[in-house]
Amino acid sequence: MPLLERRGICVNLRTGFRALVEGTGIMLRSYSEINQKIKSGKAVVMSADEFISLVEENGLSAAAKKVDVVTTGTFAPMCSSGAFLSFGHSAPRMRMQKAWLNGVSAYAGIAAVDAYIGATELPEDDPLNSNYPGEFRYGGGHVIEDLVARKTVSLKATSYGTDCYPRKSIETVITIDQINEATLFNPRNAYQNYNCAVNLSDRTIYTYMGMLKPRLGNAHYSTSGQLSPLLKDPHFKTIGIGTRIFLGGGTGYVAWHGTQHFPSIQEPEGKCLGPAGGTLAVIGDLKQMSPRWLKGVSFTGYGASLAVGIGIPIPLLSEEIAHYAAATDRDLYAPVVDYSDAYPGRKPGCLTHVSYADLKSGKITVQGKEIPTAPLSGYPKAREIALILKERISNGDFLLTEPVQLLPSPADGRAGNVLNG
Amino acid sequence: MSPKKIVLRFGPDISEEPIIYRLVKDYDLLINIVKANVNPQKEGTMVLDLTGDQIEGGMNYLREKGVQVQALSQEIVRNEDRCTMCGVCTAICPTGALFMERPAMEVYFDGDKCVVCQLCLKICPVRAMEVRL
Repeated sequence: MPLLERRGICVNLRTGFRALVEGTGIMLRSYSEINQKIKSGKAVVMSADEFISLVEENGLSAAAKKVDVVTTGTFAPMCSSGAFLSFGHSAPRMRMQKAWLNGVSAYAGIAAVDAYIGATELPEDDPLNSNYPGEFRYGGGHVIEDLVARKTVSLKATSYGTDCYPRKSIETVITIDQINEATLFNPRNAYQNYNCAVNLSDRTIYTYMGMLKPRLGNAHYSTSGQLSPLLKDPHFKTIGIGTRIFLGGGTGYVAWHGTQHFPSIQEPEGKCLGPAGGTLAVIGDLKQMSPRWLKGVSFTGYGASLAVGIGIPIPLLSEEIAHYAAATDRDLYAPVVDYSDAYPGRKPGCLTHVSYADLKSGKITVQGKEIPTAPLSGYPKAREIALILKERISNGDFLLTEPVQLLPSPADGRAGNVLNG
Repeated sequence: MSPKKIVLRFGPDISEEPIIYRLVKDYDLLINIVKANVNPQKEGTMVLDLTGDQIEGGMNYLREKGVQVQALSQEIVRNEDRCTMCGVCTAICPTGALFMERPAMEVYFDGDKCVVCQLCLKICPVRAMEVRL
């Protein structure tokens, strides 16, 4: 059911929203007022699913007046993740030109002893897809998980030697506590919404959305729906540069908009299906994170990556913000996309849209066929993150930050370029 | 009487013996071969559903022949520390041994329903499903 229909106002979100927000843009509370309440232990904090229940019971206005902060969460494989590592200098000194961690190449072209280990990097001796579908059991994401689990990781580096950095090779072991810096910096995380992937072809395909069986054998989706951070602030009215977040079990920050940040509102045939397309770049000290919330992942036939746990608090500054934070799985839709032809061929459009309520029911109907659904994004873990964040805020351990600058919103009309070639 | 699911593992030396025939003929067992991977001169595995009064006798016969016999539920295990309860295994698992409880979306593994097809081993992104040998 569309978001506004529930309150009997309007089906079309954009026009309906304008009608609705006459008067709802009035500020209910400021960041500093919320933080004062957090410090005095009086802030009312709810996870997004708890807030939805409250709105359904008491109505939006009463719920928005009562609740100061809504917490969100997501835990899913997130490519475009990685960590900057600064190893410290050996004696004699070395300017590392190539570096490997547990056999996985880290990009060392930054400085003498700094490197970036990317989540999808694979060992150079990995059989890849030569024995299709490849297993991809270990990659950069697993290196990051091993580091944060405080396991010993082998470091190998080579160089050509200079007058100031004479050493040409090193083979040693490190732990996260022995090196100077370990900073998780993920250029694109927390995808606002994502495709529901299906396979129209006659053969099984192996994708970053998992194994897709032929002839619409299964459908995989990957957001936490009504708990997903950017689905709950679709116009980027609160999430911006400097927003303090739950990241990988510790604390992190929104650094910038993510790569491929193309926020928009899905409006096929004049019907609003909720937002699509925003992303975040996030940063945080890897040393205070946990292997529970940063897990190396392997996709058979595709490659390796990193599952990242992210939770974002949404301050209910106005009823308008509360209205979006109250969006339910019934209001939010994912586009269904064929990964055998349309996606690899970069063909626009989708087969249909399905709500997260439908996706979570375990089956959807596409082209007249009922097909089983499964998520790549763990809802129980997303909920746990939202509850951990709620607890941190309620305990006074986590204050909210006002963004230094807000991120581009759907109104800015950003769109992706096609790479020629 | 409910059937008993067992996994057989045997070495190349006994892969050509008619063990199923013996289980039927000598122990009067009703047998459903759920899965079999048997090749001459190679190690083999077989998953059986057994029904009958002489299951124990039949299993003792197998053990005397040098066949490793294990209850099926001991074969595939879930590493609870690694499992993130994402649920992607649940649309792939052919028998519903891996399933979701809604609306909490929590993922459970019922070893009794598992036929050790091992699809989940390849599918699980965090490799939480393991074969216990």
